[in-house]
Amino acid sequence: MTFRVAVHVLPRRGILDPQGKAVCDALHSLGFAQVADVHVGRHLVIETTAESAAAASASVTAMCQKLLANPVTEDFSIASVEST
Amino acid sequence: MKVGIVQFPGSNCDEDAWFAVVDQLHEQAVMLWHKDHDLQGADVIVLPGGFSHGDYLRAGAIARFSPIMQQVAAHAERGGVVIGICNGFQIACEAQLLPGALLRNNVGYRSLSVTIRVERTDSPMTAAAPIGACLTMPIAHGEGRFTMSEAELDRLEGDGQVLFRYVNADGQPTPDANPNGSMRNIAGICNAGRNVVGLMPHPERAMEPLLGSSDGRVLFESLLAAANA
Repeated sequence: MTFRVAVHVLPRRGILDPQGKAVCDALHSLGFAQVADVHVGRHLVIETTAESAAAASASVTAMCQKLLANPVTEDFSIASVEST
Repeated sequence: MKVGIVQFPGSNCDEDAWFAVVDQLHEQAVMLWHKDHDLQGADVIVLPGGFSHGDYLRAGAIARFSPIMQQVAAHAERGGVVIGICNGFQIACEAQLLPGALLRNNVGYRSLSVTIRVERTDSPMTAAAPIGACLTMPIAHGEGRFTMSEAELDRLEGDGQVLFRYVNADGQPTPDANPNGSMRNIAGICNAGRNVVGLMPHPERAMEPLLGSSDGRVLFESLLAAANA
């Protein structure tokens, strides 16, 4: 079976995120005063074969641990797993 | 001394490292393609600056899986000297040859001349430098903000693994002297075994007065002194 797995990778909370801060400042200067904070990360879509959705999710988790996220500074989450 | 300079797709300081070793120190060097599996008898491995694999994903994240990195890791494991400069420092951190991570600068890409202070002389890259020496050399990077947890940082400092700090004209590690937001103004570190060194500034681009500074020489002379010790 084939799956499309979406992953979010974000800077870990508490680690300075200069991109997020720059975007937040820009939103404030455009009048969006209600914005409390912004975090900029990466959204990856992995197209993969797997036996099941759970197996697809497990293999993408392994990919995140090995390559897609930096274990020192980033957190990741599987956003969706779709059968294709 | 025989220096192996690893060339990744996107390396751009490989020739500068060659210039430093061969033209300036008159020592041997060999270029090693990232897909090779042989260090060709090099005693010192240099992971040079550049934008390996376009810095895609994270700087150094893809290069660390290049085939030759297995031999580089084995060389480091045996106590062999590995030097990561700029992108090479990022690759060494990604490969977990060095602790911590190099994140996006707090102020974007920086290309300027900085001053770094030598904090320790018990490493292969600082052995010939006087402690407290303030050296001027260029930086050119967008992801050089050295980061780790405060607890790990305390341990790193306690173990004397901080080799270089960004300092001002008075030799003080002030916020103004910090070009990228690195924690505690850290510009370079070594591993616990003290044989793997990483630094963001470019000593290989500061080898003679014509280049604006020859302060990088003492770091390469340290490598030579360590190799001959």
